[in-house]
Amino acid sequence: MRTKKVTFRHRWLPYALVAPQIVITLVFFIWPASQALYQSVLRQDAFGLRTEFVGLANFARLFADPLYLESFFTTVWFSALVAGSSMLVALVLAVMADRVIRQATTYRTLLIWPYAVAPAIAGVLWWFLFNPTIGILAYALEALGYDWNHYQDGTDAMTMIVIAAAWRQVAYNFLFFLAGLQAIPKSLTEAAAIDGAGPVKRFVTIQLPLLSPTVFFLIVVNVVYAFFETFGIVHATTAGGPGNDTVILVYKVWRDAFEGLNLGSSAAQSVILMAIVIALTAIQFRYIERRVEY
Amino acid sequence: MTFARTTTALATVLGLGAGPALAQTEIQFWHAMGGALGEKTEEIVAGFNESQDDFVVVPTYKGNYTENMTAAIAAFRAGEQPHIVQVFEVGTATMMSAEGAVKPVYEVMGDADIEWDADAYLPAVRSYYSTPEGQMLSLPFNSSTPVLWYNETLLNEAGIAEVPQTWDEMFAAAAALQEIGHDCAFSFGWQSWVMIENYLAWHDQPIGTMENGFAGLGTELVFDESESLTDLLQRIADAAQEGTFQYGGRRGDSLPLFTEGECAMWMNSSAYYAGISDQAEFEFGQAMLPVDTSAAEAPQNSIIGGATLWVLEGHEAEEYQGVAEFFDYMSRPDVQADWHQSTGYVPITTAAWELSQEQGFYEQEPGTDTAIKQLSLNEPTANSAGLRFGNFVQIRDIINEELEDLWAGNQSAEEALQSAAERGNALLREFEAANS
Amino acid sequence: MVERRPLLTFTQHAVLIVGAAIFVFPIYLAFVASTHTGTEVNRGLPLLPGDQMQENYAIVLGEGLSTAGAPPIGLMLMNSTIMALAITLGKLAISLLSSFAIVYFKFPFRVLAFWTIFITLMLPVEVRILPTYEVVAQLGMLNSYAGLSIPLIASATATFLFRQFFMTVPDELTEAARIDGAGPMKFFRDILVPLSRTNIAALFVILFIYGWNQYLWPLLVTTDESYYTVVMGIQRLANSGDQLPQWNLIMATAILALLPPVIVIIVMQRLFVRGLVEVEK
Repeated sequence: MRTKKVTFRHRWLPYALVAPQIVITLVFFIWPASQALYQSVLRQDAFGLRTEFVGLANFARLFADPLYLESFFTTVWFSALVAGSSMLVALVLAVMADRVIRQATTYRTLLIWPYAVAPAIAGVLWWFLFNPTIGILAYALEALGYDWNHYQDGTDAMTMIVIAAAWRQVAYNFLFFLAGLQAIPKSLTEAAAIDGAGPVKRFVTIQLPLLSPTVFFLIVVNVVYAFFETFGIVHATTAGGPGNDTVILVYKVWRDAFEGLNLGSSAAQSVILMAIVIALTAIQFRYIERRVEY
Repeated sequence: MTFARTTTALATVLGLGAGPALAQTEIQFWHAMGGALGEKTEEIVAGFNESQDDFVVVPTYKGNYTENMTAAIAAFRAGEQPHIVQVFEVGTATMMSAEGAVKPVYEVMGDADIEWDADAYLPAVRSYYSTPEGQMLSLPFNSSTPVLWYNETLLNEAGIAEVPQTWDEMFAAAAALQEIGHDCAFSFGWQSWVMIENYLAWHDQPIGTMENGFAGLGTELVFDESESLTDLLQRIADAAQEGTFQYGGRRGDSLPLFTEGECAMWMNSSAYYAGISDQAEFEFGQAMLPVDTSAAEAPQNSIIGGATLWVLEGHEAEEYQGVAEFFDYMSRPDVQADWHQSTGYVPITTAAWELSQEQGFYEQEPGTDTAIKQLSLNEPTANSAGLRFGNFVQIRDIINEELEDLWAGNQSAEEALQSAAERGNALLREFEAANS
Repeated sequence: MVERRPLLTFTQHAVLIVGAAIFVFPIYLAFVASTHTGTEVNRGLPLLPGDQMQENYAIVLGEGLSTAGAPPIGLMLMNSTIMALAITLGKLAISLLSSFAIVYFKFPFRVLAFWTIFITLMLPVEVRILPTYEVVAQLGMLNSYAGLSIPLIASATATFLFRQFFMTVPDELTEAARIDGAGPMKFFRDILVPLSRTNIAALFVILFIYGWNQYLWPLLVTTDESYYTVVMGIQRLANSGDQLPQWNLIMATAILALLPPVIVIIVMQRLFVRGLVEVEK
């Protein structure tokens, strides 16, 4: 862990400076997180009137539960779809916007704002559009011969939440891709153009490789987004259904605690999720740290 | 009014609220009644607040039934619980086993300086929420039962003269509708409640052992053993493939299917009366649930759904006096009759039923007594008195999940029921372990 | 570009215009829905705005939908603003200070402080929601702006980004300040903070949106209508339980709820984009 080569000296000032954040972190993060750890080895009734120590039974049961494993798979699949589709769409749009230099800002303004829309609201908007009885998209699909029903069909439901989640995220990805593309010196692509390379070839051989750090960064950001911040989308729309087809892990943590009142199991799931996030963070952290040092 | 309300809210936010002139005791009441039902609930509360000066009941809508219940439990764990919380019928076992968190209604009413008679409440309603000794644990507030809603205009077009009374007639009607080019014959909501719990009670078959859980925590689900239920659900799943049955969501989400005229019949709570009257632009009516003649010659009785009001521990004696007075007000025949007539919930006291009859309500609105007739069709048996399973909120979710996989054609009815019962039983054992 | 390809240019504009249209489409339809009566919307959505706009917006702004647990939206918008600003300013303040300490001072327990803060990086509140709720309740912070905002300040994203940025600030500036006899706080105030201007702006936008869009947390910690925020209010309206959702009013609320963060992002676009790309790259 590095500091500046040139630093200040002061006996108490640095402590005073970090104190607010440390206090907030201890009270609202470390304490609850350790509570979750503690609760993950207990069995408790809903009201917290009876408590029993059960060791690792909550974890054992989770890993023996095919539905939990299915939820894992659902989450991974969902994240891959959200990250993949939103990045792809964003990349295409960014490449186009990068080429039309003059109006790039106008297009950026038009494409940037869905990022500001809350996931829960995005979910409600798409839910409304896909409503099998009154939704305009469901109506259009039916006219095309597809009988849309996200209440019954798991694929429909998954498609809907992926669209809602990706719709918002495209804006964010677009910004980074556009910035990344604009940072590539024009002389490089122009030289290639003079050598007779077409736009597609130039993209594949020059721009894409130079974008790879951005791609990597965005993969991590998008996966984290799909893993955690999409709770509102699922909660406000499918509620995990039909069947268990859209039960992502964060939703399951919440549901088992707040609907199932199974606090031990929910706490165990929290602990597992924390481990996942810490791993993801470590990956990103190492990556960013390395970039800065290079 | 609007301006005053906004100003008050602003004043509260800014800490400018001077407080009411009189020192009124506040009673927090968390409920789950949205929309038109919520308006009516607030009207009742306002009526109570105006009727006396000592107490003021503060109603708060906390989301749907599940959200409301868990919000109250979470608040209890944090020592911030409301006085009164509305809990749906399937939460009964959870609330009952929470000794020390819940103050039984018979105790609240007994301690209070008030006259109160538990026998005034309808037996079918009361029994669901009482101990085996007959002591009332929570106050029935809104109770309903599933009925068959039908689109008379559509049925007539298809030449169906009589509303189907059996499942065979239901399927015959579906065929007739399909002949005139109308696909969806029927749909339903709250499927565990309507198609499993009520189906079994209606045909006098058990949902679980030990009197559907009334007799103890060791109960096990046995709904998968009913052959007639398995057969019927399979027929419905086949109908889903043909399009004569359309699934439209877990709670009331399929209501638009009916009110938009897409499905000719809809099985769900009688409490949709207000909503359907509002929305439907065709002749509609309600009839008794169809009978499955392979299971029984005649129906037994249906069971209630809806919610009751539970009182939580941890408040001052004076506040419980206010709770008791509020409950007493709510049970008044005029209040109940009004609630019943405008919402479609069944009246919870005999006096309110009689008052509605005297007022001629059932002649003016034919069919509105279907629910109460269904409930009091026969003396309830152990199979039709209700049910009391722990973790039942989750078990209903499991049933939803398995049935959804059935409607989608991913599994057979037998598989769906078996795995629902198996998964449900695991939760029952967990509940038993955590509560004994 | 060095070459001219009219067809290609045309394709580019076409793709971008179609793309932008697809993005605007849901919002447009939401707006259309908010200008009709509930019955009209439930009968199948028209594609052109209706004449009920004033009525619908008057309802959500004025009376609110008390039966859906939604007070007048003006109050909810104000609560959202207060929460979003508290989170934004709080986070900016504590993370500027702590990253300054971590980068510019050597002190015992520095590494411990660093990891204590950084372990929270990106770990969202959803994951530890119940214990956090209980802590907040024990501190008596339910139904308060403090309870709505302070727990959400406990995240290291901003601290991390400032640290990254501070590491790139040339040491010569520090040396010069020291030679001038400037104390650490003077250096912080007069040099470091002004240098971080674009970063602060970018974070302001990110955090404001983050704060405004909070959903689960306000749903849990508020039971008093006067603290409801607008984003949680939406879900209340949409899940009206056994009633048909009043889509026209829901959509009117949705439009009003998404306007403020959208305005913030568009107005601050230039600074936001520059800061964002600088800090996160």
